[in-house]
Amino acid sequence: MSVDLDVVRKDLVTACGKVRKGKAADAGDGGAPVPALVASPGSTAEAAAVMRVAAGHDLAVVARGTGSRLWWGTPAARCDLVIDMSRMNAVTEHAHGDLVARVQAGARIGDVQAALARAGQEIALDVPGAASVGGVVASGLAGPRRLRYGTPRDLLIGITIVRADGTIAKSGGKVVKNVAGYDLGKLFAGSAGTLGLITEATFRLHPRPAARAFVTAGYAAVPAACDAVAAAANSPLVASAVELSRPGPGGPIRVGVLLEGSPDGVAARAARMAGLLGDGVVADAPPAWWPGAPQAGPGQTLIRVSFWVSALARVLDTVDAAAAQAGVSPLITGSAGAGVLYLRTPAEGLLGQPGAAGEAGGDPEWTADPGGTAGQAIPAAVAEFVAAVRAAVAGERGAVTVLAAPAAVRGELAARGGMNGTVPGLALMRAVKDQFDPGHRLSPGRFPESA
Amino acid sequence: MTAKAVTLAAAMREICGACDVLTDPLELRTYECDGLTSHRTVPALVVLPETAAEVAAVVRACAAAGVPFVARGSGTGLSGGAVPHAEGVLIVLSRMRRVLEVDPVSRRAVVEPGVTNLAVTQAAAPHGLFYAPDPSSQVVCSVGGNVAENSGGAHCLKHGFTVNHVLGLEIVTPAGELTWLGAGTGATAGYDLLGAFTGSEGTLGIVTKIVVKLTPAPEAVHLVLAAYDSLEAGGRAVTDVIAAGIVPAAIEMMDALSIEAAEAAVHCGYPEGASAVLLVELDGPAAEVEAELATVRKLCEAAGAREIRAADDPAQRAGIWAGRKSAFAAVGRLSPAYIVQDGVVPRTALGDVLARIAALSAESGIRVANVFHAGDGNLHPLVLYNDAVPGEAERAESVSGAILDACIEYGGSITGEHGVGVDKSRYMPKMFSAADLDTMQLVRCAFDPASLCNPGKIFPTPRLCGEVPGHRRGPRPAPSGAEIF
Repeated sequence: MSVDLDVVRKDLVTACGKVRKGKAADAGDGGAPVPALVASPGSTAEAAAVMRVAAGHDLAVVARGTGSRLWWGTPAARCDLVIDMSRMNAVTEHAHGDLVARVQAGARIGDVQAALARAGQEIALDVPGAASVGGVVASGLAGPRRLRYGTPRDLLIGITIVRADGTIAKSGGKVVKNVAGYDLGKLFAGSAGTLGLITEATFRLHPRPAARAFVTAGYAAVPAACDAVAAAANSPLVASAVELSRPGPGGPIRVGVLLEGSPDGVAARAARMAGLLGDGVVADAPPAWWPGAPQAGPGQTLIRVSFWVSALARVLDTVDAAAAQAGVSPLITGSAGAGVLYLRTPAEGLLGQPGAAGEAGGDPEWTADPGGTAGQAIPAAVAEFVAAVRAAVAGERGAVTVLAAPAAVRGELAARGGMNGTVPGLALMRAVKDQFDPGHRLSPGRFPESA
Repeated sequence: MTAKAVTLAAAMREICGACDVLTDPLELRTYECDGLTSHRTVPALVVLPETAAEVAAVVRACAAAGVPFVARGSGTGLSGGAVPHAEGVLIVLSRMRRVLEVDPVSRRAVVEPGVTNLAVTQAAAPHGLFYAPDPSSQVVCSVGGNVAENSGGAHCLKHGFTVNHVLGLEIVTPAGELTWLGAGTGATAGYDLLGAFTGSEGTLGIVTKIVVKLTPAPEAVHLVLAAYDSLEAGGRAVTDVIAAGIVPAAIEMMDALSIEAAEAAVHCGYPEGASAVLLVELDGPAAEVEAELATVRKLCEAAGAREIRAADDPAQRAGIWAGRKSAFAAVGRLSPAYIVQDGVVPRTALGDVLARIAALSAESGIRVANVFHAGDGNLHPLVLYNDAVPGEAERAESVSGAILDACIEYGGSITGEHGVGVDKSRYMPKMFSAADLDTMQLVRCAFDPASLCNPGKIFPTPRLCGEVPGHRRGPRPAPSGAEIF
């Protein structure tokens, strides 16, 4: 920051009124720097005024929704100003006849879904209700239903952003079918606050399904589980999700399929899907182990492995071998039918025996693991594990991305391909960053500097 | 005038082989336009590379010489996106037409850009899979062109657009470097350049390989045809179907004039004297589709249908679709010339906008046939005129423009699937602010700072990269020939 804090503060107050000093909590959990100031704009115009002040004073800026994944990826290296979006929490427009909704970025997804549900509609994303719309878009977060509905970028049809210099820009619109101009929404979905500030997003909606069924089955052997995943995902029964969960390397594998539709249709499809899975069990509620959107607690490392589904068995074997070699025991879950798995290593000091944790039922939170003294997720071991999986999966046209990790693991990873490994198109991404944020003031250090 | 591009001919022959470089004026002329024949420019040079490495070398040669280049697939585009540059190289990708891989377990295929849209589905069909985006030109249009335009088709209402079905692209950057965008898995670290590139109309680089998502073929497909005495009644049926929570694979509507044209052209046997024909296609698991079919029939009847037909076997469905799919070509029988529009309105504004179109038609004496994707509000008004009558083309153009103005006024878009190209760049400032367009230019500048890659498309007044916003130059490149625009 180039000038006196009081001067900056005064300018920010002029811009949006709601300004306070930063607190430790504003930095989130992951050891990001505590901001000097926090501004809470109430409109896109106020947000633009705040961004102009930040540009004028050369402030490093971090956008914040609810802060739940602020520590994901590589946290910002500098932060003078947090822009807290929580006051921009309105559903600006819900055109239910058009199956379209425009919402402000600070709105919580759960609140938005509740409002849309009154017309029997939803944004077809199964992500935590507490997450903000802007945060979900910026992190590209998606749960099991990504198989059928895609990720935020597939549902986003328009976006309003504020650029680093305070310019307000939009692309897309409020019609689903629209190819006029570049689709900035795609660029901002997953941009993690490094290209600009998202202030509004417009989504295409889907009718809420009248009924759903979860068909689940367990397998002791990898090939049988992989056959079940492929059969379910390739079936014309139209699965909304095909999930896999394995409590640890070498352990039994659960496969779960979500079907959505009319009550009669779902019942008929579920019965057939149970047959496809071999010996599937049908329920109308998710099993206790249903993964939901990827999540990580403090100290845990969350790794995304993406691959071609035909390589699933080899990916699972690779994870086993790498885990044994490195001496870690990750929980393996994810949208196997969509070619995405999440590996979550326990926090330091909470490592369980392979295959033991999560078997007690319920969401396999490692903090509830009773065998927590069996080992330690040493940062170097986690990094070695990541590097080994990455090396093996590269041959499968897959990618290994560390979505969240404690600072010690990030440090160990720095010399082992970093958080992202080889990123296709990185040179172009750097060029895009330089165009949108020439001063590298927006979440500096997060991306692409970290890649 | 000898364009600089011509001096590249020898280098291009080195790269592609002599028979893949065209300099003969008559041969060059073959490529003067794409599917939008009202914009024509003869390119200085045409090359037909056969590999990604050749494309990269061609682009590097252009970049080194500062010569603009334009990529072309099958040339079926309807916005002039592949109109050549008079002083540039046209890179034709139709010789790159191999399906490189089909992985049925992963539901993925890897294809070259010149592969036709339908060929992907044909390669996938033996595995019970299909490629979902299906523009009407799917028999000839190329997947590379589909990526450039983010093509839709009648079934994108339910199944999405090209951008939802492309998982990885190998591209040649405007500097001539080969790189991948996306890894073919749908989950990649960093910015979604794959998504930003798709639909960029050939202005950010040239696609050389495409990883597409394949979809399990639906178990059951039912097509319902309902005939109405007014567009309003048909529109009510559409509203009621959507309100019932049904997402059909397609909902299409045609008005009396387009029905008449289709009937004359392909004898599709649509109910005689109908003012509107509504087609609703349902696909999915048999258990769901049967129930939806009953609901749709009931709602179509309740909206006042004078006749309802349903078809579930492929031949019957094809017969009914033939009328709709032939509509664009069929109006050629009604009128010596016509403009195909591609505006979009929020679906709930369809009635108002159709009334506006009828009024515009009545005021101007210019006939307008309406064919539209009723489910997503994408209108294809066909504005009919006789180019032999002085002034009629201008009046048709003015009606066409007024239709787009109405689309923008109702919160819609100037193009739903045909793209902006050269045809609609002048409407972009009506839909987007100067700041919006300037921000899009940042993407352009990141990919193509020299502005050599399909210049003059999409944006009315491109900014020189590195220039301070607000200080604009004229259209680049400045038209030096007679017939650039």
